Order: sequence, then structure tokens, then C-alpha cells
Amino acid sequence: MDWTFLIVKLIQVIAVFAVLLTGCAYMTWLERKLVARIQSRLGPMNAGYQGLLQPVADMIKLLFKEDITPKHVDKFIYGIAPLASFIPATLSIAVVPFGDSITLFGRTYDLVISNLNVGILYVLAITSIGVYSIIMAGYSSNSKYSLLGGLRSSAQMISYEIGMGLAIVVVILLSGSLNLVDIVDKQGSFVGWYVFRNPVAFVVYFICAVAETNRSPFDLPEAESELVAGYHTEYSSMKFGMFFVAEYANMITVGAIATTLFFGGWHGPFLPPIVWFLIKVAAFQVFYIWARGTLPRLRYDQLMSFGWKVLLPIAVINVMVTAFFVL
Amino acid sequence: MNDFIKRHILAIPIGFYTTLKNLIRKPVSVQYPKVKIPMAPRYRGLHFLERYEDGSERCVCCGLCAAACPADAIYMEPEETEKGERKARIYEINLLRCIFCGFCEEACPEEAIFLGKEYEFSDDAREKFIYTKEDLLVKWPRTKPSPVNFIRKKRRPYMK
Repeated sequence: MDWTFLIVKLIQVIAVFAVLLTGCAYMTWLERKLVARIQSRLGPMNAGYQGLLQPVADMIKLLFKEDITPKHVDKFIYGIAPLASFIPATLSIAVVPFGDSITLFGRTYDLVISNLNVGILYVLAITSIGVYSIIMAGYSSNSKYSLLGGLRSSAQMISYEIGMGLAIVVVILLSGSLNLVDIVDKQGSFVGWYVFRNPVAFVVYFICAVAETNRSPFDLPEAESELVAGYHTEYSSMKFGMFFVAEYANMITVGAIATTLFFGGWHGPFLPPIVWFLIKVAAFQVFYIWARGTLPRLRYDQLMSFGWKVLLPIAVINVMVTAFFVL
Repeated sequence: MNDFIKRHILAIPIGFYTTLKNLIRKPVSVQYPKVKIPMAPRYRGLHFLERYEDGSERCVCCGLCAAACPADAIYMEPEETEKGERKARIYEINLLRCIFCGFCEEACPEEAIFLGKEYEFSDDAREKFIYTKEDLLVKWPRTKPSPVNFIRKKRRPYMK
């Protein structure tokens, strides 16, 4: 462990974090713009050209809002819940490879923050931690809307994690590795992508991932027509902002992992690897928003029966069939 | 079975296609304070009191507009000028009562009151909506050409 290695890693961490947070900020802009266009509106237009400075304005507004802590809340848990949601959201990006290895000062660096042997396991573990923040927020707020939102969310995330895990098992079977860098290398460019080799696994993974991130059409935990705002009803100012950023960070992370697992990661012709990676991730974000603009929210029982009765059997059968062919 | 596929599985791609069509379409929003769409020729907005070409008021305070007003929004009191002519001392329209039906304009024998195209006269207190004669009379000398001829031709083609 020498100094140059540390410095390069530090630069990588800072760069990834900066890109992730900027991405989150501009996701809000993109979402408002696209949903507006889907509804034949214009979306934000006044802050900067086409409202491009809107995320900055929103951030300033959130920072200057009064930070209200209601009297009846469990103060400690109430305070750490936003952090518990924000930190796991950003953590799982650490194992995602976003480019080919480069050589600097006679040493080779993989363009991944941590080339972990059990990368997928790490991702699954970290995304599961995200559930805690929502339960904590829902429980500590001491409000019926928050509690119901938290309950729904935890039930939803735990149910859909199984389908997601089984979809990922298919990828592990195909690649024979838990390491995300290996998985990307095994896929090669285009023909070998796992989305073509096993599209069912991808569809199951993506539906589960949308449910995991509590996005429309699975956004029951914050169904505004029923639960005000779900688990973050009682939050204001930057604490609310944390939940907000965490949601978008989760979306970007899911997009990045889906890119890595099914779309060949950074592989692609002509353009540099990082650009390909970013294009693929951005395409996922656009699809997320497109789905939000299209699909209505599911009812709670529909959500549960869809997860357990449709996705889970499909995923299990898919795993068995794939295992049969791999063996 | 066919119906099931159509309703439950095909419905999702159809929905995505519909939103995609909307995504490409031009938005219908108008950037209102910056862009204003032109009003229809027969639009009835804020009232104004016309003048003769020498600048004197057309209104003789006959009270027919107040009589015609279904919302009872017009109040007036007459007085006599030095030349012995009758004119309004007080002429008030309560714009919160007014329903912009245009009956006052129809009733006026002197072609003195008209409903213009102005619609941006919101305010923050009820008292400010009682427009007096000074508010309603057109500016003299005129800043804009008299709309009377236009209104006669476009809004009331049945007059002549």
C-alpha cells in the first residue's frame, strides 16, 4: 500500500461521488422535464435555460427551510433515519466497474473503487440495509401515515428482494463469478450480453429493482393519495432532502448494476468505456421516468400477489432452466 | 385467453407507446406572463367609459345600465354641468359583483360603457374592486384608438 495507490483511489472515490450526486440532482430535473412532456406540459422553464438551474434552486430552497422536529418523535432514530437511507444508497456504487483498467505511473488500476470478490453479495447486502432507514423513519415519526408507509415499504422490499436475488443467481450461473469486474469481462461487447442470453432474468430483475427503489408503479410507501407522503411525511428541510437524494441515488445505482449485470457494463464500440457506461445508465434512468409517466400505482394486494405469485415462480423456473443448460 | 392478453399484457406496451407519442408532441402550455394568447373579438373584460371626440363624457347617467345589471353591480348619482347637461357625479362598478355579462353595454343608449379586453386586474383587497368613474373613463388624450367602431362591427353586427 503506497501513496500513489491511495491518492488514485481517493480521486476515484471523490469523482464517483461527485458524479453520483450531480446525477441525482439532474435526475430531478430530467424527471420533471420528461414527466411534464409526457403530460404535454413544459416543466421547469424559469431557472436558467430550460430550467437547467432548477436543481440548484431546489437545493438552496431545501437548505434554507426550517428544520422541524415534531414534539412526539423519537428524536435519535428520527435524526439518523435520513442518513441511514442516504449512505447505503451511495455505498453500493463502490463495486460497480465503470471502465477498463488504466495504467498510471507503471501501475494498473481497475476503474472500480473496490474490486470485491463477492461484489454481487455486497450489493444485495447494502440494498437490504436501505429497508432499515424506511422502517426507522416510519416508526420514529410517530405518525400513522409514516408508520403505514414504512410497513408497506418493508414488506414490499423484502418480498421483491427474493425475486431480485433469484434473477441475479442466473447471472452468477452464466458467468460463474460473484465479482462484478469478471461478470463485465465475461459478457464482452454486445452479443454476449446477458440480457440477450437470458432476457427473463433481466425483466424480473428490473421489475424487482423498481419495487426495491420504491418507484412508480410500485411507489406505495409514498402514495400521496393515501399516505400524504408515506415514511417522510414528518420530515422537512435537508432531512427530507436526504430521503429525496437517496431515492435518486438508489435509482442510479440500480441502473448501474443492471448495466453491469445485463448490458455488458462499459463495453461498447467507438466511444470510450466511461461514456458507454454513462449512456447505458442514463438510458435506464429515462426508462424509469418513462415508466413513472405511464403506469398507474398498484394496489397493495396486487403488489404482493404479483411479487409472490408471478415474479417468484418465474424467477425460480428461470434459474432451474438456466442451470440445466449451463450444466 | 386472447382477451386476457390484450387487457393485461399488451396494455403495458400500448401505454408506453401512448406516453412516447406525447413525449414527442409539442407541449400545449403557454408561458403565460411572458406569452399571452390574443383574446377573442367578443371577449368581455374590464369595463371602460367612452368619451366623445372632444373629450367630454358620453355617459349621461340615465341609469339604464344599472337597471339592466343582473348582479346589481353599478351605482350612480347624477349632477348638472355648467352648460346644463346631465352627467354622472358618482359612477361605480363593483367588479366583485359583476358577472361580465355585457348587459350594461347592450342597454346603454349613449354608447358610453363598453367591456374591454383587459383581464389582469386582480388585487389584494375587496375595496379595491369598486372602480370609480376616474378608473373607468378612458385616458384623455387617448393613448389607444377608440375601440368603439371595432366593437360595433365585430361584437354587435346586428346593430345596423
